[in-house]
Amino acid sequence: MTLAAPAAVRAGFRRGFIELRQAFTGAALFGQLLWPIATLVAVYFLRDRTVGAGGLTLGSVMLPGVLGMFVALGMLLVVQQLAADREDGTLLRAKATPNGIPAYLLGKLVQISATVLVYLAILLIPGVFLVDGLTVDSWRSWLTFAWVLLLGLVATQTVGAMLGSLISSPRGAGYLSLPVIGLIAISGIFAPITALPAWLQSIAQVFPIYWLGLGMRSAFLPDEAAVIEIGESWRQLETAAVLGAWAVAGLVLAPIVLRRMARRESGSSVAKRREKAMRRVG
Amino acid sequence: MTTNERDAIEVEGLRMRYGSTDVLHDVSFSARRGEVLALLGPNGAGKTSTIEVLEGFRMRSAGRVEVLGLDPAQGNEQWRARIGVVLQSWRDHAKWRVRELLAYQGSLYESYSAPSIPRPWRIDDLLAAVGLAEQAHRPVGKLSGGQRRRLDVAIGLVGRPDLVFLDEPTTGLDPKARRDFHGLVRQISDDLGATILITTHDLDEAENLADRIIILVDGRIIADGTSEQLSRQIVGHDEVRWVQDGAHHARSVPDSTAFVRELFMSEGHGISELEIRRASLEDTYLTLVREAELATTPPTEIELEEASR
Repeated sequence: MTLAAPAAVRAGFRRGFIELRQAFTGAALFGQLLWPIATLVAVYFLRDRTVGAGGLTLGSVMLPGVLGMFVALGMLLVVQQLAADREDGTLLRAKATPNGIPAYLLGKLVQISATVLVYLAILLIPGVFLVDGLTVDSWRSWLTFAWVLLLGLVATQTVGAMLGSLISSPRGAGYLSLPVIGLIAISGIFAPITALPAWLQSIAQVFPIYWLGLGMRSAFLPDEAAVIEIGESWRQLETAAVLGAWAVAGLVLAPIVLRRMARRESGSSVAKRREKAMRRVG
Repeated sequence: MTTNERDAIEVEGLRMRYGSTDVLHDVSFSARRGEVLALLGPNGAGKTSTIEVLEGFRMRSAGRVEVLGLDPAQGNEQWRARIGVVLQSWRDHAKWRVRELLAYQGSLYESYSAPSIPRPWRIDDLLAAVGLAEQAHRPVGKLSGGQRRRLDVAIGLVGRPDLVFLDEPTTGLDPKARRDFHGLVRQISDDLGATILITTHDLDEAENLADRIIILVDGRIIADGTSEQLSRQIVGHDEVRWVQDGAHHARSVPDSTAFVRELFMSEGHGISELEIRRASLEDTYLTLVREAELATTPPTEIELEEASR
């Protein structure tokens, strides 16, 4: 699965932008805006509640955390779209075209990364006016934001592509959102993780969601806010290491899993899945 | 392009096995370049399995397969670029606009363009050729069944393939859309000079489109030839009907002339309302399918005693 042919790379970006336009037009637009705006409303209502002793407001702790959460949600988007595209024959179409699969995947990553960026913009641009105490005027904040975002996008989307290849139906993809919501709940996005029992903290620290939230908080909160974190530190080195490990694992394993999945796609496997879907409906 | 590519498709001793059931037993055939070949057979005969092996989408259990000079299991992207695939009833890319999708698909063939064969096909020309110029900016999901099928064909052709696979392309089309579709396939074959392999369970369609028909039943090839050859080769049984002493009789016999001579010799004057109908290729096809499915030896004479009216 090389992206050697420049035509395939161009096609991938073209595909990504076409899908992006589709994701933000008509009825789809409402669904896209619903969650980031609902999250923003929650941040607004919690903006004055204080956390810990340092006079931090919950709103200012939550806002960077939800940025991390929305990066992680990109994983669910990949899984859902991959499952749907296998069921309706989109992937088989890609397979029947030279370099179709790499172009398809590149398109998917472009589209979902861009979608995540739009979510982040919806949250962050009004967010800085809603809550106080975010350090958005320092270049170091944005540098941290950039590397956390980049590692996060690579880690979550390659892992998402892997899970999407292993899960055979859109329904299965739906079930996957349950453990992800569970992980969000214990990852210190909406409340400091130090308030949780130690064993839950350990589980949360295995997965990227916690580190994405932590990385974003380290970018946009003042240094003294680190008191609410584990070890009263932003642990940027650990953040880079864990997100980096997930990203490397994803980059190495995803092509293998994807190739295996693509090899199995055929007209009859699409027909079989369609039949199954019909039975569910009928 | 390798020099030993006389045939576009060569299949020898192809076997497919799923679990413990054999779906294809020892299937052998070939397709010359530029030929339109129909793989005809009832549902479940193994047509889709065969075509999926040729497309490189499915691994075979045994046998030798060469498509455009390469084993499809080892087919690279350059090989892929020379093959057009039109699969059964797609419903993908519903949100894309017709022209947008076709142009995207076409862009993936750009690197495989050659001076003799410029790839991809010019999008607007292709849209006009399949009769979708007016629908160019409609979402794919809003097309009618026939239009959707023509778009599928356009996508299969956009890379100017040397070989086109059409798997049950007219399933679910109304008679008019079907006729239009047949015209389109003939036009492709004439204009493009591409080799075309089409699967169908409909004899009419096979006769209508193909230079040569291969009949596949229960994973075995039971006949291979032009529709005339098939008629000569396998159409043996004529139907003879007559009335004798007020009772209607009907028999299916291999040599109607000899049978009738016999009949007059033995029965003489009691015979009236004699009728001889040559079996059509369709009757024979249906009989062959029935026989192969029952896997019994065919009775040479089928007596149909009808009650007198």
